[in-house]
Amino acid sequence: MTAISTGGLTKRFRGGQLAVDHIDLDVPHGCVYGFLGPNGSGKTTTIRMLLGLAFPTSGRATLLDVPMPGGASQVLHRVGSLVEGPAFYPYLNGEDNLARMDAADRTADPRTAGRRIGAALDRVGLLPAAKKRYRNYSLGMKQRLAIAAGLLRPRELIILDEPTNGLDPQGTREVRTLIRQIAADGTTVFVSSHLLAEVEQICSHVGVMRTGRLVFQGPLAELRRSAAARVTVRTADPEAAAKVLAALGLADALAGSHEASAVLGDAEPEPVCAELVRAGIGVRGFTVDAPSLEDLFVGLTGEGFDVDG
Amino acid sequence: MSTADLPAPGPAPGAAPGPVPAERAEAVLPGVKPRPVWSYLRFFRSELRLIFLRRRNLLLLAVTAAFPLLIGIALRLAAPRPGNGGNGPGVAFFNSLAGNGVFLTFIALSSLLILVLPIVVSVVAGDSVAGEAGYGTLRYLLAVPAGRTRLLSVKLLAIAAWGLCATFVVSAVALVVGAILFPVGPVTLLSGVTVPLAEGLLRLLFVTLYVAAAMAALGAVGLAISTLTEHAIGAIAAVMVLVVASEVVDQVPQLAAIGPYLPTHWWLSFDSVLRAPVDTYGLLHGLLSFGVYLVLAGSFAWARFTSADVTS
Repeated sequence: MTAISTGGLTKRFRGGQLAVDHIDLDVPHGCVYGFLGPNGSGKTTTIRMLLGLAFPTSGRATLLDVPMPGGASQVLHRVGSLVEGPAFYPYLNGEDNLARMDAADRTADPRTAGRRIGAALDRVGLLPAAKKRYRNYSLGMKQRLAIAAGLLRPRELIILDEPTNGLDPQGTREVRTLIRQIAADGTTVFVSSHLLAEVEQICSHVGVMRTGRLVFQGPLAELRRSAAARVTVRTADPEAAAKVLAALGLADALAGSHEASAVLGDAEPEPVCAELVRAGIGVRGFTVDAPSLEDLFVGLTGEGFDVDG
Repeated sequence: MSTADLPAPGPAPGAAPGPVPAERAEAVLPGVKPRPVWSYLRFFRSELRLIFLRRRNLLLLAVTAAFPLLIGIALRLAAPRPGNGGNGPGVAFFNSLAGNGVFLTFIALSSLLILVLPIVVSVVAGDSVAGEAGYGTLRYLLAVPAGRTRLLSVKLLAIAAWGLCATFVVSAVALVVGAILFPVGPVTLLSGVTVPLAEGLLRLLFVTLYVAAAMAALGAVGLAISTLTEHAIGAIAAVMVLVVASEVVDQVPQLAAIGPYLPTHWWLSFDSVLRAPVDTYGLLHGLLSFGVYLVLAGSFAWARFTSADVTS
């Protein structure tokens, strides 16, 4: 059973721009999936298609094994969502706004509405502001109200599009705690962000988008592993050192002007160092560097503004 | 709601005592127990609350209610003498008013039908979908999921209810003001026949419903326009322009051929209800016209709304 699955999901806007280009998402049940990518890489468009708000140009998508958009009425009430920022009626208070959303749900039990709304508000800490008009909410409160709307009923999947957008560090931490709690209840969480740092602490899986394409998908640990560590030797004789490294079976052995380096791979660094010394190389420095997750992420998504014309 | 508490059909009462029915109820509660009619009515009620509790709309309704009062007072202060010549429904109404306060209702309806009632209806109709799109609540309603067709039909019904309410407010206020400021008694129709007051009121009810039907058709057009944009004010303005354009074109003799197809053409045909025998030609054509506009606009709105991406 998968929470979200897409095959060749594609969205071409009327102007011809390819916003989402044949992506194959696979979100296992029970995971916290970080959907990463810079602004404009197609994350929100993908989420809109998953929720049946936008229709794919081609490809298929299923939510909780139900095909979308056709199965919207059977599956969406099991899915809570926050899409592209919070949106409510400014002239209603928080409680009435949630009541409005609940009234639109044909499978919600009206007899328990009051209790469920109270519980959802309590969970995001908005109970004291329940009677305050949405117009007067701070950005953080608005964001939390949107999450509360997703928690009106027990859900199997929660889709959160940039839930920390525009929040101060404290608000960001609150949202992260909330996501952890939701996940701890066994709910699958699909959370998009343009900042790896914001989600790397909570995600078990990640998908990385770049200009409409999914360039990496898998467990976070796998992404970390792909951060291939390099061994670098500072020496007066880089050529000889590189030869030794290559002889040890290390890939991509290079000789620079004052150092030699190679991909460490599965090898342990200690024997490598010992072998260098045994071969008579004068080792002045020996370092093992793994790129940070952030470096990897930037490597995947491209540096700076990368907008497809 | 009471249907939910009814025991499920099955074993005869007493056959399964004790915890079995409770267990069954437990098994049903967390799952999906579709009660489409009740949930639809709940959604409709929520839509009505949204419209009727919104301060802007209540203000609009209050202003609308003030018009019959002002018209009544103005006519009382400067009542035209009976038999003052001229013809046409307007003058006929005014002449009849001096004799019977009931006619204030017809005067108020035919005056307000030109602009005020269409504004009241188009504000709510134009806002219906475009307003939700503008706030962004549309995407959340659809993600609930409210269902696109279900949402649209709730919107249409609520607009029609709003139009009905506004029309009845005009009629009711005009009736009360007319009864206070003018004599009330058996109603002398425009054709000269006198009918009892009760029948006069019945005809009044029919006229009000006829105007409400016209407003429901306009509301459907407004809803269709509202699905095209996320700017509520643009949709509202477009409906108003449509109404005024239709009324203007209807006044041009050279364009008389297309007159009957205009949305506003049959709005004032209700004056035949005030004649005996009732000339049903205009009324039936009017109702047919409203029905056609309702179906066409409703279909357009549905086709557009169920196939378009929600990008707001």
